[in-house]
Amino acid sequence: MLQQLFFGYYAFAIIILSLLVVTRSNPVHSVMWMLLLFFHIAGLYLFLNAEFIAAIQVIVYAGAILVLFLFVVLLLNLREELSLRQVAGSWPSAFFIVAGLFVVVTAALGSYVPGPVGAYSIAAVRSETHVKALGKLLYTEYLFPFEIASLVLLVAVVGAVVLAKRKLRS
Amino acid sequence: MISSVTSFLASIVGEPMADMILNIVIILIKVAVVIGGTLLHVAYATYWERKVIAHMQLRLGPREVGPYGLFQPFADGIKLFFKEDIIPADADKPIFYLAPVIFFSSALTALSVLPFFDGFVVANINVGLLFLLAMSSLGAYGIVMSGWSAGSKYSFLGGLRSASQVISYEIAMGLSLVGVMIMAGSLNLTDIVHAQYNYPTGFYAIPQILGFFVFFVAMFAETNRLPFDLPEAESELVAGYFTEYSGFRFAMFFLGEYTGMLIMSSIGTLCFLGGWTLPKFIMDLLPFLSELPSFVWIVVFLAKVYIFMFIFYWVRATLPRYRYDQLMNIGWKLLIPLALVNVVLSGTLKIMGWF
Repeated sequence: MLQQLFFGYYAFAIIILSLLVVTRSNPVHSVMWMLLLFFHIAGLYLFLNAEFIAAIQVIVYAGAILVLFLFVVLLLNLREELSLRQVAGSWPSAFFIVAGLFVVVTAALGSYVPGPVGAYSIAAVRSETHVKALGKLLYTEYLFPFEIASLVLLVAVVGAVVLAKRKLRS
Repeated sequence: MISSVTSFLASIVGEPMADMILNIVIILIKVAVVIGGTLLHVAYATYWERKVIAHMQLRLGPREVGPYGLFQPFADGIKLFFKEDIIPADADKPIFYLAPVIFFSSALTALSVLPFFDGFVVANINVGLLFLLAMSSLGAYGIVMSGWSAGSKYSFLGGLRSASQVISYEIAMGLSLVGVMIMAGSLNLTDIVHAQYNYPTGFYAIPQILGFFVFFVAMFAETNRLPFDLPEAESELVAGYFTEYSGFRFAMFFLGEYTGMLIMSSIGTLCFLGGWTLPKFIMDLLPFLSELPSFVWIVVFLAKVYIFMFIFYWVRATLPRYRYDQLMNIGWKLLIPLALVNVVLSGTLKIMGWF
């Protein structure tokens, strides 16, 4: 009962907060609602016994990425933005795409089958701590995808450095 | 006593509910004790800072209110509390109200995972260190939002400076603590202290000297203290991000900054100086120490925290302010590479079995 109540609260709050994020006309207010949204997502992870992911969610998304959003937003000229009554002009087409997606996802929900139970039950994760369990899997079984992901990030870093260098020369 | 309370509660609301209520009450009492103790420390940290800096500059410091000026923090607090709360006409009001609350509450929330002596911690969670880093990154929002919402150029520049500084140095700080995590094999702060106690030197500052150095420098930048206090450089920006704040809202920034210093000192104490323990070889020499009750060890913990706090003041009285590009160069070109080297070294030595 308590679990359903918690999940219900988080699911409901996440939907409401997402709506608030996309409907505010002031981008800074949007970012603040998004911060609250990220905390609720982190709460949902905690609820799934994924304490490490929850902490990383707050550190990376709320602590780094969202602050960069905020930086960009703060450097815009907000007075012009605020006088606009409607930010996105083509909302009917967006609405239809989202409605179509919603129908597809709802239709697909019926064929949902839970995956096979692995070695890491909740009790196993608790006894080993989540960080250790995740680290072991990431560096043994899933090493290859992990390395690919880090290579992609490395390319992004190199790209940023190259772009910055060119600007310096001109 | 606790068992009689439990049985009394159980007779009213039943066994499982009684345990839950008692747990919540105990946690609330712990929270009250921790916050009360911290705020008292913060009040006297300001007094102590003024005294230390005064004596280093051949002055006397506060000495009018009470004997040796000991009641000065309370006089300051009362003054701030009764000051008029001025809100600039250009301000974005909801965010202007919210910013100091975010800043101060994120600092106070970080206290919940700090173990002050063996067994005394509000929330003994497995990702304690990550929680501390998460809360310190949340504090950056308070700073950015206060700078933006006030609608003043000084505030805005201060907010921007502080945010980029805090983000940059957070990376170095997080990486510097990875060495400690590798050595202790845990992110739980209590486990880290226990692992240090069982380590031959008794604290990690000796093998982790590189990590300790990076942490030590990043600590000053994270708390916006001299020599890295560019966000509030008074010669350029009046007071930086809290220029437009007055009265109790200003006091919240002030309290938050000092709480942040105490938290950074506590992290340094717990991760590098052995927390509330003394090294094992000292305990072996003086066996009667291990018979002391556990709460006595808070004295050792506080002594180590006070050393850090004194160094904060000492550095403030000694070093001039860095330039902003120098600050960024130190962060990105010196501290982060050093911390990465430390991670690689610690990992290699751990695999070779030296740690």
